[in-house]
Amino acid sequence: MMPLLMMLSIFMLLRGHNLPGGGFIGGLLAASAIILQIVAFGPKTAQRILPVNYLLLAAFGIFFGAIWGLPALFAGLPYMQAFWLPEPIPGVGKIGTPVLFDVGVYFTVIGVTTKIALLLVEEPTIFPLPTMKSAPVEHEEGA
Amino acid sequence: MIILLAIAIGSLFAGATYLVLRRSVVKLILGLIMLSHGVNLLIFTMGDGVRRGAPPLVDAQGQPPAGAADPLVQALILTAIVISFGFTAFVLALAYRSNQAVGSDDLDDLSTTDRL
Amino acid sequence: MVFHLFLPIVSPLIGAALAVLLNRLPLASRLIALLSTLINLGYGLWLMVTVPASGPLVAQASGWLAPFGISLVADGMSALMVMLAALLMLTTIIYSFFSIDYERERHFYYPLLLLLLLGVSGAFLTGDLFNLYVWFEVLLVASFGLITLGGSRDQLEGGLKYVVLNLLGSTAFLFGCGLMYGFAGTLNMAHIAERMATLTNPGLQTVLAGVFLFAFGSKAAIVPLFFWLPSSYHTPPVAVTAIFSGLMTKIGVYSLYRVFGLLLQNELAIYGPWLTLLAGLTMVIGVLGAVAQMNVRRILSFHIISQIGYSIMGIGLASAAGLAAGLVFTAHVMIVKMALFFIGGAAEQINGTGDLKRMGGLARREPLLALFWFLGILSLAGIPPLSGFIGKLILLQVGVSQQAYLITAVAAATSILTFFSMLKIWNEVFWKKSYEDVSRLPRVRFGLLAPGAALVILSVALGLLAGPLVEYNTIAGQQAFDRDAYIAAVCGVDGCEAVYQAAVR
Repeated sequence: MMPLLMMLSIFMLLRGHNLPGGGFIGGLLAASAIILQIVAFGPKTAQRILPVNYLLLAAFGIFFGAIWGLPALFAGLPYMQAFWLPEPIPGVGKIGTPVLFDVGVYFTVIGVTTKIALLLVEEPTIFPLPTMKSAPVEHEEGA
Repeated sequence: MIILLAIAIGSLFAGATYLVLRRSVVKLILGLIMLSHGVNLLIFTMGDGVRRGAPPLVDAQGQPPAGAADPLVQALILTAIVISFGFTAFVLALAYRSNQAVGSDDLDDLSTTDRL
Repeated sequence: MVFHLFLPIVSPLIGAALAVLLNRLPLASRLIALLSTLINLGYGLWLMVTVPASGPLVAQASGWLAPFGISLVADGMSALMVMLAALLMLTTIIYSFFSIDYERERHFYYPLLLLLLLGVSGAFLTGDLFNLYVWFEVLLVASFGLITLGGSRDQLEGGLKYVVLNLLGSTAFLFGCGLMYGFAGTLNMAHIAERMATLTNPGLQTVLAGVFLFAFGSKAAIVPLFFWLPSSYHTPPVAVTAIFSGLMTKIGVYSLYRVFGLLLQNELAIYGPWLTLLAGLTMVIGVLGAVAQMNVRRILSFHIISQIGYSIMGIGLASAAGLAAGLVFTAHVMIVKMALFFIGGAAEQINGTGDLKRMGGLARREPLLALFWFLGILSLAGIPPLSGFIGKLILLQVGVSQQAYLITAVAAATSILTFFSMLKIWNEVFWKKSYEDVSRLPRVRFGLLAPGAALVILSVALGLLAGPLVEYNTIAGQQAFDRDAYIAAVCGVDGCEAVYQAAVR
């Protein structure tokens, strides 16, 4: 499933500017692919298949998204004003700063969502559950 | 429609107020969640589509497009839902940790920082 | 259109992301935090120089036209606040270099500070009501992270109260935004202000003003809504408490100024007396609350509340002069309060406790620390020639000139109470003989002394060179109260309604 979902997520990411889709949806799809791996094979295997630090991936996504607003700033236009390449690239579509911004969103969503899932899965090992009655109930709500 | 929504919002607010005033941390958080739902619904009713029957969009002829709703309230609600979702997750995690630290769900036991 | 108005938002954003990326290298994330803040400080200073002459500067996000897109607006008040936020953040970061443990630093302390700066700068600059809500949430997230970072029992307890009550305030704000959109049909502040003048539904306007008063009042910790502050502010590390005292409540004050000065100016006639009443209660109850406390930072926390009363008094006077006086006072108190937190925190760090009974003897041991503390409390109480004197003097002058004698008397009396309450700390921490052997205590490090000392010196300088400060704030107060100029700057001379109608046709 993973390669299929990943391909679909990239397809969603690239068609997203004028059609339903985009970085957020694509990111969620990719994250769900990784989370499926975590659910199916456990967090260790999933980390071995894709050895990524998801927190850093999220930070990189924000950084990558934010810097593509800068060209407009330096050109004397409002931040995040769009620039487009004049010719569409075959197979990919039109490329401009909004698409690159979407790529940043994509990475951020993958990073954050997967990190949350990983933390929830690994939580008993990070914070061992004390002997308390109410704790498991809240754990389910957090999930 | 608007009356139904008004009743729903009112019930949500009433329930939320009741829950927020309870002493249990979990119920307090449930109250906060209900409150944010109530506010989201309230913003929804503020959209022109519900109140005046027409969205604030017009086409080239100055006519409102058929079958369209107010997009702005939807954007506002979406933003508010995402934010309240994140905060709810944070508060739940915080309540969980403080439950571990304090060992109680009762707000009256959370008073060490107020003691002289 | 001033395109670079986005700079104070972009620089902490990119800085925060970079600082997370380079988290493994503590030095790098420190440098990034310092650099981003310096950029903001420089830009804020530039704004302060430019704005009084040019009037409000405006930028539109992605180039959308004014009532439709999100506007960023920098008038005198915003510029002052952006500059102060960056200045205070700078001192906090320097203080943090010497006081924050490695464990916190590893868990994204500096990125959270930058995120806080991002939210605060955004909230000060935005010209859109819903956008203001979003910036509030950004800075709240950062503050939640900062207040609970460390996870001790006290922090978790205090943090839970802080989080829950702030969430209630935010929900009320969102509620107000929704009502405002339903009422005015727009969220752009200039456009709302314009429509408020023509729409006639006085009842709903009053309700709206009440909702916003509740929402921002709970952020600003005015009297019936302040309980989260003293129960949570003393739990995190000193640097965090200090930056919270400087920024968090003042965001609430700023929003009250903005909403009542621009959007709901008509309501000030109704709410003015009530606001002054709340201001008086806030002053007195805050300072009385401090009397019972025996912990340095708790006493200072109650004084935050008391000082908020003066800022609220500025808006309660319901005039441009009142706003200007309130701004002078708010700027002063942001600086001095943080200085006191830094110095009190340094004393706490030397003694290893914030309990007044167990501290003592620091006047002989650390004369410099004691000197700056004393100057700080003189300034807070309003002794000439320090900045507190100027701030209070102008506020009282406006009060007298508007025949608001009662609140003026309360404000003057509260000053004396403040001084007594501060003298308590002075006596206990610095003056009285310590029961323990003082010479065994560690010396204060330069890095812990310098930020507080710099802020106290700034306060002295502001007191001596009060002319430019007052002049600047008079202009800023007028700009904050001048609806037509604001609307013209955002939407053009014809106003937002004209742009709106032209686009709809």
